[in-house]
Amino acid sequence: MLFTKQDTMPSFVINEKCDGCKAQDRTACQYICPNDLMVLDKDKNKAYNRAVDMCWECYSCVKICPTQAIEVRGYADFMPLGGVVQPLRSTDSIMWAVKFRNKKVKRFKFPIRTTPEGSIEPDAGFSTGSEDLKSPVLRTEPDSL
Amino acid sequence: MAACGAAFEASHWAKKHKQRVTVVDKASMERSGAVAMGLSAINLYLGVSKGNNTVEDYVSYVKNDLMGIARKDLVANIARHVDSSVHLFEKWGLPIWKDEEGNYVNEGRWQIMIHGESYKNIVSEAAKNALRELGEDGSYYERIFITEPVMMEDRCVGAVGFSVRENKFYLFKAKAVLDVMGGAVHIFRPKSVGEGLGRSWYPPFNSGASTYFTLKAGAEMTCQEVRFVPVRFKDAYGPVGAWFLLFKSKATNAKGEDYMETRAAELENWAPYGTSKPTPANLRNYLMLQELEEGNGPIYMRTDEAIQKLVAEIPDEKEAKRKMKELESEAWEDFLDMTVSQALNWASHNIMPEESPSEISACEPYFISSHSGASGAWISGPQDLAPGEHHWGYDNMTTVKGLFAAGDASGASSHKFSSGSFTEGRIAGKAAIAFCMDNNHIPDIDEETLSALKEKVLQPLKMFEEHSGYANDEDVNPNYIKPKMFMFRLQKIMDEYAGGASVGFKTSEPLLNKGLEYLQFMKEDAVKLAAGDLNELMRCWENVHRMWQAESHIRTVLFRKETRWPGYYFRTDYPTMKEDWEAFANCRWDPETEEWEMIKRDLH
Repeated sequence: MLFTKQDTMPSFVINEKCDGCKAQDRTACQYICPNDLMVLDKDKNKAYNRAVDMCWECYSCVKICPTQAIEVRGYADFMPLGGVVQPLRSTDSIMWAVKFRNKKVKRFKFPIRTTPEGSIEPDAGFSTGSEDLKSPVLRTEPDSL
Repeated sequence: MAACGAAFEASHWAKKHKQRVTVVDKASMERSGAVAMGLSAINLYLGVSKGNNTVEDYVSYVKNDLMGIARKDLVANIARHVDSSVHLFEKWGLPIWKDEEGNYVNEGRWQIMIHGESYKNIVSEAAKNALRELGEDGSYYERIFITEPVMMEDRCVGAVGFSVRENKFYLFKAKAVLDVMGGAVHIFRPKSVGEGLGRSWYPPFNSGASTYFTLKAGAEMTCQEVRFVPVRFKDAYGPVGAWFLLFKSKATNAKGEDYMETRAAELENWAPYGTSKPTPANLRNYLMLQELEEGNGPIYMRTDEAIQKLVAEIPDEKEAKRKMKELESEAWEDFLDMTVSQALNWASHNIMPEESPSEISACEPYFISSHSGASGAWISGPQDLAPGEHHWGYDNMTTVKGLFAAGDASGASSHKFSSGSFTEGRIAGKAAIAFCMDNNHIPDIDEETLSALKEKVLQPLKMFEEHSGYANDEDVNPNYIKPKMFMFRLQKIMDEYAGGASVGFKTSEPLLNKGLEYLQFMKEDAVKLAAGDLNELMRCWENVHRMWQAESHIRTVLFRKETRWPGYYFRTDYPTMKEDWEAFANCRWDPETEEWEMIKRDLH
């Protein structure tokens, strides 16, 4: 029973929007899924979630998809239909649209990062107070304490 | 998190001393592990430099929450360094809630609120940038599943695993090995068994690799009996911390009774821990479970009452409206930052927290020493804090030479959470470099050992290849078993015999022995696991790891002849706490004899 699941599941791919990450060897969703669930179907050139029931609904695939081709349909064995939660993540903030089964909509925006992506200096300007490998002093201490 | 902490720290010391650091991730570090989704709070921050708390106070709190069972030296070691990690996170770019004076906003005494959706991205970037400082001496591999330790005599000299992307078997030779592979989920049958199987509270991709690695290396393990049963919002398992601590919400039974008050007398039976504040997590569970057993469910988090109360404190109507909006945003962010499914569950049920309460309930048990569990390897504590018996040379080294553990992989240092795990990774990373300096050559690994390991690890692929042609259904074949059903079988055994959710977490000697008997069948069948592809090969090994976690758990629950953590599990044959079990229940599997040894150790 391999690779037959292409219907809706916790995270699912919208056929019209997915372009298989422009025919590269791997897709972004495949790169990021912490449970190795997203697969590129090389014949259809589309990604899909290979294991419905191993999906944590962590939204990593949803957030990273460059064409916003992935959504989540909540676990059907305990969530009624009609709820949708969809993020749009940028470099410093994330916007969420929460759509209720009763059609109400709430929108939220939260900060996610205060520094530019890629800019992290590990020592963060702190200095390390001891050279001694056997002392309890850790990197950037005691400055960072 | 522990892996990122170790990479960050070890890189600094490795550079000074010309050592190499290699990090191997099962997935992609940016979103791997328990913090994949993000977090809405950092649950360990002391604020020592601001005079907020002391290390001693924290150690007391942890010892009390674990009903007396904790390594005070390990907890203190993490607590004295954790503020540094949190301050680094802030500098790196993690947005931490601040009040008007610019101080961190506390959720509770030890917890601070964060806008943590990108927590793992930020921390992993710091780790990778730290590795880059080493140039060629810093390496990062991803999508490689590490399955077995490599042992030469009594020393751990590396690890083996395989890529889940291409047909490559990997051997990593090392002077020191740090096991930071997370906790264990799906050992017990979960409450949702359809698609909802994926909605475990801790991630389904934490499958006991840490425990297996140290066990197989012959390391002494601790607290293998201490499972954690979280009580969270029902089914989607969203967090309750902000509701209880920040919004000061109450939980009640269906009649509106606060069972923490109506059943307070029970807490006296578990003194001194039950009578201290805050009440240990397992005892809070216990009182709730008693309600359910008497048919007083559903149990509700009174979110509506909490919000209304907070808004009612504000006399001005316009201000009150603004406050309501603010509380609503905070409530939804709490879920969206770390358990999006809970937001989805509310949306699917038309639940608005300010209008109606939400059900809370117990999950199935998990093994998570970074949180309110405690199970992991028995490790050496710091020389300046550990009593003689608890220190043997290098911080965080297991009883196996060269093998270190941190985060969920190390035991008896509960309540470290994300910041503490990262910090423990730092401690272990530095110590591992010190070990490398003192043991500065990589032993040779003979071809025979390597071939045997390769054959063992790839065996399920061979099994499938040899036998799948027999039947017309790849999953239904008398010659082998696929990992999915193997996992279900394990979960059923654990649930029914080792005190899972369906039996109210109750077990006894006859039940446990039966469970062990059935586990023995599983061990025999484990060599017949079959994998049709690399992903399935990973699932095979994940479930072998789970099986070993399960066995060490059952053996230790048997060993500890008392009930110390009602609410997590009950020994119906020994239903009370015993003074002579105010001790560690440790164990060790001997790789030579393949025998288990149970070891009782003093607390100190």
